[in-house]
Amino acid sequence: MSAPQAAVEAEGVSKRFDTAPALDGVSFRVEPGELFGFIGPDGAGKTTLFRILTTLLVPDAGTARVLGMDVVGDLWALRRRVGYMPGRFSLYQDLSVEENLRFFATVFGTTVEREYELIRPIYEQIEAFRKRRAGALSGGMKQKLALSCALVHRPEILFLDEPTTGVDAVSRREFWDLLGDLRAGGLTIVVSTPYMDEADRCDRVALIQRGRILAVDRPAEIGARYGRPLFAVQGDPRSRLIGALRAFPHAYSAYPFGETLHYTDARAGAAPAVVEQELRAYLQAEGFQGVEVWPIAAGIEDSFMALMGAPEAIGS
Amino acid sequence: MIEARELTRRFGAFTAVDAITFEVARGEVFGFLGANGAGKTTAIRMLTGLLAPTSGEARVAGFDVFRQADEIRRNIGYMSQKFSLYDDLTVRENVQLYGGIYGLSDRQIRERTDRLLRRLGFEHAADERVQRLPLGWKQKLAFSVALLHEPRVVFLDEPTGGVDPITRRQFWEMIYEAAAGGTTVLVTTHYMDEAEYCDRVSIMVAGRIGALGTPEELKTEFGVGSMDEVFVRLARPAGGAP
Repeated sequence: MSAPQAAVEAEGVSKRFDTAPALDGVSFRVEPGELFGFIGPDGAGKTTLFRILTTLLVPDAGTARVLGMDVVGDLWALRRRVGYMPGRFSLYQDLSVEENLRFFATVFGTTVEREYELIRPIYEQIEAFRKRRAGALSGGMKQKLALSCALVHRPEILFLDEPTTGVDAVSRREFWDLLGDLRAGGLTIVVSTPYMDEADRCDRVALIQRGRILAVDRPAEIGARYGRPLFAVQGDPRSRLIGALRAFPHAYSAYPFGETLHYTDARAGAAPAVVEQELRAYLQAEGFQGVEVWPIAAGIEDSFMALMGAPEAIGS
Repeated sequence: MIEARELTRRFGAFTAVDAITFEVARGEVFGFLGANGAGKTTAIRMLTGLLAPTSGEARVAGFDVFRQADEIRRNIGYMSQKFSLYDDLTVRENVQLYGGIYGLSDRQIRERTDRLLRRLGFEHAADERVQRLPLGWKQKLAFSVALLHEPRVVFLDEPTGGVDPITRRQFWEMIYEAAAGGTTVLVTTHYMDEAEYCDRVSIMVAGRIGALGTPEELKTEFGVGSMDEVFVRLARPAGGAP
């Protein structure tokens, strides 16, 4: 199978600041037309990676090619073809909405009018405020303006660094709908987020933690590789229930997950039905009444926690 | 422990907080949710004595936010994702600094510093500069520092934003522990699973309280299965654009 040219191809990319490694030998490939997500907490290295891929930072080791071009050697050619929306609001606060957009169009040698059809679905939503200073926009509107500005030169690939951080759950959902529309139009999109629940909106995701990629795959596949029997448990009182689950001799982990608890059994090959029976019997013997237990498929957050192993530790 | 009655704040013609009324009991974990721009931050600034209300009343830890702002600041803890600790100071120095600000005696500071480090398992990192700590550690430390003077009420503004999923859960265990010890907790979050961890939740919509109740009650009221859906129904009732 001869693979077509990758949209992004990274091989052993590393970067240190002072003595701490921000990226530690990161390798992955993004296919053309993919919506590819980097999922991980703050400090995982997402921003460093995005800055390298958008030619703003030079890696200490390793190579990265975007649209077939080297991020170090071909930076000037590459910059014209890449769209980048940084995590921090990066527009000119004292310019109006319209002025910001015009500025970015001009820098790339085009005009808002020429590219209007491309940005229309997004820009329309904030056009009523086109005379307002960018600094006076609400969070959701700022985000839409930043996306419009990143798109106005018709890039072939779009890098969005944590576009939804600090944004409320509803605005996040709307933003992902916009990304889905852009992807449907054929644009390759690489996006990062600390919100695990956004993984399902991506074609494929890379889970990243402390400068290393823990896994790369389609969201459903990552869950399917979980490898241990997993159950949702619901009952009261929760804090005592979680203690009891952790004290169960075969417990691997027990964590609160929204309205339920997620219990993972340490016996990788055990039949879920058997484990479920044992759990019920155990919880009953421990004095819990009316506890519900049912097997579930692992989600991204379950997988991420299992792949993290131990909680973050200093200097390790 | 928190009592707001018709609490209102206007900025010119804009009403950021529009006559909100609610109470939070001692030892309760109260989720204070809302879309960006719904008025949460303005409400919290009033409840912490940092911003005078335009009208209405509020009492926090028994003190009037309008007339006793100094007492309130001595009796509450506050932590946010944005600012909490001094990066250039060590863990121990941060604890000592805040102990001094809160007016604790040298002996109290010494004892509570040791106790805090022990409970967090931070003894080996006591002399590390805070800058070098992973975010999750910083947030746990910031929370413990916000509780150093044993406040009756603690305000947590997006304490878990960007924190890894395991540390996020450990953070919530710390919240429960504080609440079990009688501390009242008001917490904001954009993680809807965390809304489920609260005893009660209020959701602000355009300056008003759009819904208030236990997660169970709210899900029943809106006929949905999760707090995420409750939030979506409230924040975008017509399902349209903002």
